[in-house]
Amino acid sequence: MFGLTGEQQQFRDSLQRLLRADYPFERRRAIAQSATGWSAEIWRGLAEIGALALTVPEAHGGFGGGGMDTFVVMEECGRALLLEPYLATIVLGAGIVARAGNEAQCASILPAVGAGERQLALAHYEPGTRFAPEAVACEARREGGGWELNGAKTWVLNGTTADLLIVTARAAGDLALFLVEPSAPGVTVHDYPMYDARRAADVRLDGVRLTAGARLGSGDARPALAETIDAAIAAVCAEAVGAMSVLLDATGQYLKTRKQFGVPIGSFQVLQHRMADMLIATEAARSMALLAASCIGHAAPGEHSHTVSATKVRVAEAARYVGQQAVQLHGGIGVTDELPVSHYFRRLTMIEMAFGDVDYHLDAVGRRLFDRELQ
Amino acid sequence: MDLGLSAEDTAFRAEVREFVHRKLPLELRHKVLGGARLTKEDYLTWHRILFERGWIAPNWPRAFGGCEWSAMRQHVFEEECALAGAPGIMPFGIRMVAPVIMKFGSAQQQQRFLPRILSGEDWWCQGYSEPGAGSDLASLKTRAERQGGHYVVNGQKTWTTLAQFADWIFCLVRTQADGRPQEGISFLLIDMRTKGVTVRPIIMLDGEHEINEVWFENVEVPAANLVGEENKGWTYAKFLLGHERTGNAGVGQCKRWLAELKTLAQRQPGNDGRPLADDARFRDRIARLEIDLMTLEVMNLRVLALEQERHAPGPEASMLKIMGSELQQALTEATMHALGHDAAVYPGPATGRYLNFRKASIYAGSNEIQRNIITRHILGL
Repeated sequence: MFGLTGEQQQFRDSLQRLLRADYPFERRRAIAQSATGWSAEIWRGLAEIGALALTVPEAHGGFGGGGMDTFVVMEECGRALLLEPYLATIVLGAGIVARAGNEAQCASILPAVGAGERQLALAHYEPGTRFAPEAVACEARREGGGWELNGAKTWVLNGTTADLLIVTARAAGDLALFLVEPSAPGVTVHDYPMYDARRAADVRLDGVRLTAGARLGSGDARPALAETIDAAIAAVCAEAVGAMSVLLDATGQYLKTRKQFGVPIGSFQVLQHRMADMLIATEAARSMALLAASCIGHAAPGEHSHTVSATKVRVAEAARYVGQQAVQLHGGIGVTDELPVSHYFRRLTMIEMAFGDVDYHLDAVGRRLFDRELQ
Repeated sequence: MDLGLSAEDTAFRAEVREFVHRKLPLELRHKVLGGARLTKEDYLTWHRILFERGWIAPNWPRAFGGCEWSAMRQHVFEEECALAGAPGIMPFGIRMVAPVIMKFGSAQQQQRFLPRILSGEDWWCQGYSEPGAGSDLASLKTRAERQGGHYVVNGQKTWTTLAQFADWIFCLVRTQADGRPQEGISFLLIDMRTKGVTVRPIIMLDGEHEINEVWFENVEVPAANLVGEENKGWTYAKFLLGHERTGNAGVGQCKRWLAELKTLAQRQPGNDGRPLADDARFRDRIARLEIDLMTLEVMNLRVLALEQERHAPGPEASMLKIMGSELQQALTEATMHALGHDAAVYPGPATGRYLNFRKASIYAGSNEIQRNIITRHILGL
């Protein structure tokens, strides 16, 4: 179990070839400083090798891949510290459209996303709330034959470059999803940089008028939203595993070459044992990330969320430990912007908090163990 | 936890479960679940039941009478047995010395020893540590001098688990005094009934007699009991330790202990009178143990699968040993704490287990030694 199929290995090889050739760290630095913060050329490259269509359903021009396929892509994203919005457009955006959308909506959105022609963003979290998925105040009111949307969203990944926002809102007791054009009257998108060199947006929705067809699917969207967030957690956990393995290698190399007191610092047992603990943390994280990836789309929903929360705790703690210790073991150079190590550390720090921090998911694991109500 | 078992493995799980419930004697089950100390006969009773079914050696090749199960089946089997309250299979014969005899022993040794390990006729113990050779195992001093068709063994082994039950001991002995310490070690099989072998009990911090000193005074051991080549014993010793460490994970047992702790947390009152399960701090602690257990379970499967692929345990077993022993200790600690004042009663199973399992981070190479192994053999530092 948890082994890759021959197809998955082949795909991983071609993704590695692409990223090794086209994504050296200096190029990445330039991309991060560009206007959009990611590269359309790299995005096309990803589309060409099939990475974008990999998990899109077969009925809509994709390859119908599952959680393990996402694991393969995201681990490489983590290794390369990829800035391009795979998580936002594919895992969150296409993921929720495929889970909640009706046939026509899927057919109009997903093939273009898989082909790399369209960008999506899920606008869900709100200012003044934390991680609980229920905390949505944004409201959708019936207005004529359609809807009127009012509210505010924060931490919208890819919010500025998306062609289409998928907005969560309360609609008569249900949690509903709406397809919103960023250019629609009443939509304000405020773009900002984050400490991991990515960009996000805050979105205001003031009396945004939508047609009836702008509602994504029908009925309560809670299950689709929960599953999509679980899939996103599994995805960032795989990304973290990739990033941690790069930090392990880099730190191991540094310990072998950096000399103090006339010897390589890797000859000091206190540092050796720190590295051993970093390796154990990374392998523990990998084990759980594989488990989470393998249950996305398979296990029963309750089980699935339990595994995903457990995975998030394990991976977030490993990400913090490995990230902080990689910086520590590099000493002075570790705290510079020049060294890739500090960039990996910053991304891992972001992942640690993304979609619920350790406290949130630890609490969820405990409550599920004793059948207590979730918060 | 849903591991995505195949239909065949799911059927296998049901078969094991049904077998254990039908065959495990109830008084034995209650002793295990109650945390009572088991006798030699208790262990052997269950050993013989598994032997008759052909399930005593999950990891052995079929050619030697084992099951040759996949990593997943070994895992499922261990879990079902442990959850039902079956005693563990003693590792010294099945998991430790047998793989060495299979890989490095002569055909005669294989025919002589392996069937008796399977049947439970011979109980084995491990003659590795000495008073002066703990973490620095290669500095061991027990001497074996070749005199005609015999070795004459003199010296002392210590921390020998359940030597008081053992028929045989596999011993690391020094057959050459010069050169690197690792180069003069041989692997000898010694009948515990031989003249000059003395077993002296060591009482552990839980008040129990589990470990011993084993003394050798001019003990004559036939040369035919040497495994492999003289002075090559260190290689065999490390091979055995790899098997031992994989076995140390103890996933099934941890599962049973965590289930017990969850039950306890719903029964024991917290400080506000509501069950401990509603105390956020204690519940977090249990949640962490649950996450550690899930992690250990997947790690165990990954390491077992690697071991099968390579036909030998690798240095990854050291990670498993650290994770398994740390979880065992954390579980016994939390269970003791859940009992509050009741934990003070002596002897009591929960506290006894806590005290007893301080051994887990020390035996089979202390966890610090495991980190040295990881440093050298995985990280290359």
